[in-house]
Amino acid sequence: MAASARPMPGQGETMDRAAALSTFKRSDVAFYWATKLAALLVLALLGGIILSLIVGAWPAMKEFGLGFLTTQRWAPQLDEPVMGALGPLYGTLVSSLIAMLIAVPVGLGIAIFLTEFCPIPLRRPIALAIELLAGIPSIIYGMWGFFVLGPFLAETLQPAVIATLGQLPLIGGLFAGPPSQLSLFNASLILAIMILPFITAISRDVFATVPPVLKEAAYGVGCTTWEVVRRVVIPYTRVGVIGGVMLALGRALGETMAVTFIIGNSFKITGSLFSPGTTISAAIASEFAESAGLHQSGLMLLGLLLFILTFAVLAAARLMLMRLELKQGK
Amino acid sequence: MTTPATDPAAHAGPSAANPIYLARKRTDAILRALSVAAAALGLVWLALILFSLIWNGLPGLSPSLFTRMTPPPGQNEGGLANAIAGSVMLTVIGVGIGAPVGMLAGTWLAEYGRHDRLATVIRFINDILLSAPSIIIGLFVYGFVVVPMGGFSGLAGALALAVIVIPVVVRTTENMLLLVPNTLREAAAALGMPRSLVIRRVAFKAAQVGIVTGVLLATARVMGETAPLLFTVLSNQFWSLDVTQTMANLPVTINNFVQSPYAFWKQLAWSGALLITFAVLSLNIAARLIGGERKPK
Repeated sequence: MAASARPMPGQGETMDRAAALSTFKRSDVAFYWATKLAALLVLALLGGIILSLIVGAWPAMKEFGLGFLTTQRWAPQLDEPVMGALGPLYGTLVSSLIAMLIAVPVGLGIAIFLTEFCPIPLRRPIALAIELLAGIPSIIYGMWGFFVLGPFLAETLQPAVIATLGQLPLIGGLFAGPPSQLSLFNASLILAIMILPFITAISRDVFATVPPVLKEAAYGVGCTTWEVVRRVVIPYTRVGVIGGVMLALGRALGETMAVTFIIGNSFKITGSLFSPGTTISAAIASEFAESAGLHQSGLMLLGLLLFILTFAVLAAARLMLMRLELKQGK
Repeated sequence: MTTPATDPAAHAGPSAANPIYLARKRTDAILRALSVAAAALGLVWLALILFSLIWNGLPGLSPSLFTRMTPPPGQNEGGLANAIAGSVMLTVIGVGIGAPVGMLAGTWLAEYGRHDRLATVIRFINDILLSAPSIIIGLFVYGFVVVPMGGFSGLAGALALAVIVIPVVVRTTENMLLLVPNTLREAAAALGMPRSLVIRRVAFKAAQVGIVTGVLLATARVMGETAPLLFTVLSNQFWSLDVTQTMANLPVTINNFVQSPYAFWKQLAWSGALLITFAVLSLNIAARLIGGERKPK
């Protein structure tokens, strides 16, 4: 090849060059489309999820219509099945709300402790421990709640609360009834423990975005640590913290395994936090594998409701976090 | 402090007798105490969970846990061998499908779609899928795989896990590629490298460690995932690695055993839970160790 290239310089080279260029071009195009198709698959997944839920839920939607949202009765085994989402919807919202009421202050407290008060040598180990705990599978939390927390609450906290708060007018109804190992309240508590590391991890990341100069300036004019947190750190990171809290809410709403064991799977709304209830995900988890026909379709419709609910919360959370990133100039 | 406390109002500095200063200090102390209490409370709770997991799970750890099959009701001997094998298999297939797809998609977002409207939409949707309830993913796979295939199968479970892996890997791949300095890409392009080669040989090389970390974290995430397996794989009592059939797996076995009336099954559930937690924690730590090596640079 070198010999033949001498009389006509460059010709062999040009051929190779052309071949190489076209190989490059082809592999370039192939790689571009491989990556782009994979990216489009992400969109397709979302589309597929929505489609499968709607198709699965269609018979139930036709059968029950909007009444599904306002019916409390859940009797799929009847000859003329009656199914309503009110019980699971109530359980989902109430358990998530209570979980957030407990986990948000504690989670933020831990994050503030870690970023401002904690002795520096302890910061990394504690933060690492919290992040690791955020990775523990939710079935472990559920199991612990079922075997350990549920019996403990039924014997100690619940009787005490029933005897005191439960006797008060107005709010007494919330704490009425016999203590129970399976209850809405126990499920909320487990949910709170589960999302706690999550809230802490996110808010710690968000707090870390505050420029040290701002904090130093505040300390420089004589602020106490709390004043720095209250007047500098929190205002600076407000959007991010709210976004993080809403991400955690999205998690709590859809959480299945932490709740299923301990909530009691009862579709009746009693108004008391100490009585069994159910959530959408718990209802699906415990009934879906053995369901068929309209019953299954009803569960799919519950799934669709849950999806709409979490989608709205998560989308709002992401938009807020995106705004924060824009602010940081990312 | 050294100011004589004769006339505090005249010296509104940090004097011990300045009421405003005292009030501020008190608030600070109270809130400091509250935040320490929150940290203690949170850590104690979580320590309790780990403690009871070890306390209850450890006695059941024996060689037969890894060699015997899950027992039928009422029998007092057996192990989790088939469930462990099934779980490993589901996880490997799930990550094996999900990770490459996620890496390719993340590559497109970071390398080709930086200023693309479509990429913004995909990124947004991906972030939502990242925290979508896993039970919904189970319903999706049920509708798209279980029903057409005519029955529950290991493959359906693995696909459900893949759907959970994809968004995690997309996110980390994109983030890691974005950390690669553009000058590296420009240098490679200046040598005449075509774009796909620049990405594969230069950008991937530089982001390698981070991407591996992401895949490990995604593996840890799906290893204990239970909800999407409940009605895609189910579970069984036998040694079966046939992906077209139901397959025993740890999470669903734990789920079934926890609610059973048999003490031995409950013991197995605790031991299984300990195994899963241990595996998830070690993977997380491994991911951090690998990912951390790069930091000093």
